Amino acid sequence: MDYSQFLIMKQEIGLLAVFLIVFLADTFLPRREQGSIGVISCIFFAAFTVLGFVPGVVGEGMAFSDMYEATWPVINIKNILNVGVLIVMIQALRWADQDMVRIRRGEFYELLLVTLLGMYLMISARHFLLFVIGLETASLPLAAMVAFDKHRYESREAAVKYILTAVFSSAIFMMGISYVYALSGSLYFYDIAIAVWSESHSALLLCALAFVIAGIGFKLSLVPFHLWTADVYQGAPTPVTSYLSVISKGAAAFAFLAVLWQAFGTVYPQAWEWMLYALIILTITVGNLFAIRQKNMKRFLAFSSISQAGYIMLGIIAFNPMGMAALMFYVLVYIFSNLAAFGVIGAIENASGKVWMDDYKGLYRTNPRLAFTMMLAMFSLAGIPPFAGFFSKFFIFTGAIAQGTVAIYVLVLIALINTIISLYYYLLVVKAMFISQDDCVIAPFRSACSERFALWVCVAGILLLGVVSFVYNTLLEGTMYSF
Amino acid sequence: MIYYLIPALLMFCCGVYGFVTRKNMIAMLISLELMLNAVDINFVVFNRYLFPGQMEGMFFTLFAIAIAAAETALAIAIIINVFRAARNVDVNDLNKMKH
Repeated sequence: MDYSQFLIMKQEIGLLAVFLIVFLADTFLPRREQGSIGVISCIFFAAFTVLGFVPGVVGEGMAFSDMYEATWPVINIKNILNVGVLIVMIQALRWADQDMVRIRRGEFYELLLVTLLGMYLMISARHFLLFVIGLETASLPLAAMVAFDKHRYESREAAVKYILTAVFSSAIFMMGISYVYALSGSLYFYDIAIAVWSESHSALLLCALAFVIAGIGFKLSLVPFHLWTADVYQGAPTPVTSYLSVISKGAAAFAFLAVLWQAFGTVYPQAWEWMLYALIILTITVGNLFAIRQKNMKRFLAFSSISQAGYIMLGIIAFNPMGMAALMFYVLVYIFSNLAAFGVIGAIENASGKVWMDDYKGLYRTNPRLAFTMMLAMFSLAGIPPFAGFFSKFFIFTGAIAQGTVAIYVLVLIALINTIISLYYYLLVVKAMFISQDDCVIAPFRSACSERFALWVCVAGILLLGVVSFVYNTLLEGTMYSF
Repeated sequence: MIYYLIPALLMFCCGVYGFVTRKNMIAMLISLELMLNAVDINFVVFNRYLFPGQMEGMFFTLFAIAIAAAETALAIAIIINVFRAARNVDVNDLNKMKH
């Protein structure tokens, strides 16, 4: 075997190097120096993130007889995820300094980097064995992260729900793959694409596809596979929740795209277009309607992220390079807007322990900057014009409409109507913060330096990403070129 | 081949049924294990009968067994953690987070 193939996996190697540095620092630093582990991991990961954007450092290529693929979109979705992970790591610094978490602080960063490695493999995989290994490497350490506040009951409960649904979904997913294997005799995406072409109406293929879509749908929390989401998001520690809602979802969405387009792309109209169609309508609508009822901020963002996942799916059903570019752009914008919201929630939770929407009433008078950041995040998530969220929704609708069938137009119309519904509950938060006359129960406080830095980055992202058309143009040109 | 596939499918369905109906978390974990093993049987049977010239299904099974072991270990650890707090492993007691 040619071991130089490993050099094609430059991003994975870089991530492993960061992981090893954090691991060694965690093991060998003397006790009084342990406080710097968080900063060390942030610095090294930041260096790794920046390196990923330097042109020419990470090359395209295939490895392990095409099991592993690094094309332009794959490399760049990893870069986008890196940015999100960096913000999550910075936001977690303050949380990781708490008494209960302090002695296990290194483990948190290690687990986080390992799950990211799993997502990398999942995104790059062009063979179902590598895909499953990546999926499990991503979801098992995440369960440990959800259980990280092991002295808080909610965290334990959330972890049980997460691990049981994760195993259940991967069992269903692997059952689906076993039928795909029976059809095609191979687990390579390309071989499967050729083999299923002649079987496009067979019941076995439909059954297998339903299993595969259900399996990944659990990870992406699409309705009707979303039942774990609200409880897990509420129970998990806030940095883990933000990681789950943004990074894990973004990676799963792109991996879903790779599986459906590359392995099953040949049977798009016959087999999975209408399955996805139903899923998208259900996901957006149910996510929106349930979000209206929520009183806990984390639970509220859980349902909001369910409906956002529905919008992300529009990029997959588009089945053209515009859809892919729009999906990547959507994930990027979603990272900034959602992390801004979670950053504010985390800062308030660290300072006062409040997570209910009623506690946010009158926040503007006590903590105007946090309230303003939260407002920007809500506007961006709802898709109000000057902010990035509007442009990401606009591009993803454009990508879907380019498909050109009447059904897609109806789908986009339904998604549009749902955008208006979502405006209502996003504005509920803004109303509570700015208009409500009650006395705020959250006393004025100064958030930690790390939290403020992360929030500034998020706000810059929300304000600039949409207006600076360079970002989307680059993504579109890159995907067009490599399609 | 059908004599192997039908038991595997039955096992899978029993697993799903058990996962949905059992209230004991350990029993749910056993049901999950049934589902994962049904997948393994499927792969081996398809490999042996449909594509005897290659080993891809066998390899997948080997990896799937290892993954299933890791999943079970982690799930047991988390369930024990809950048991320490709640003193039982009944899923009906996991309802502290309704709205």
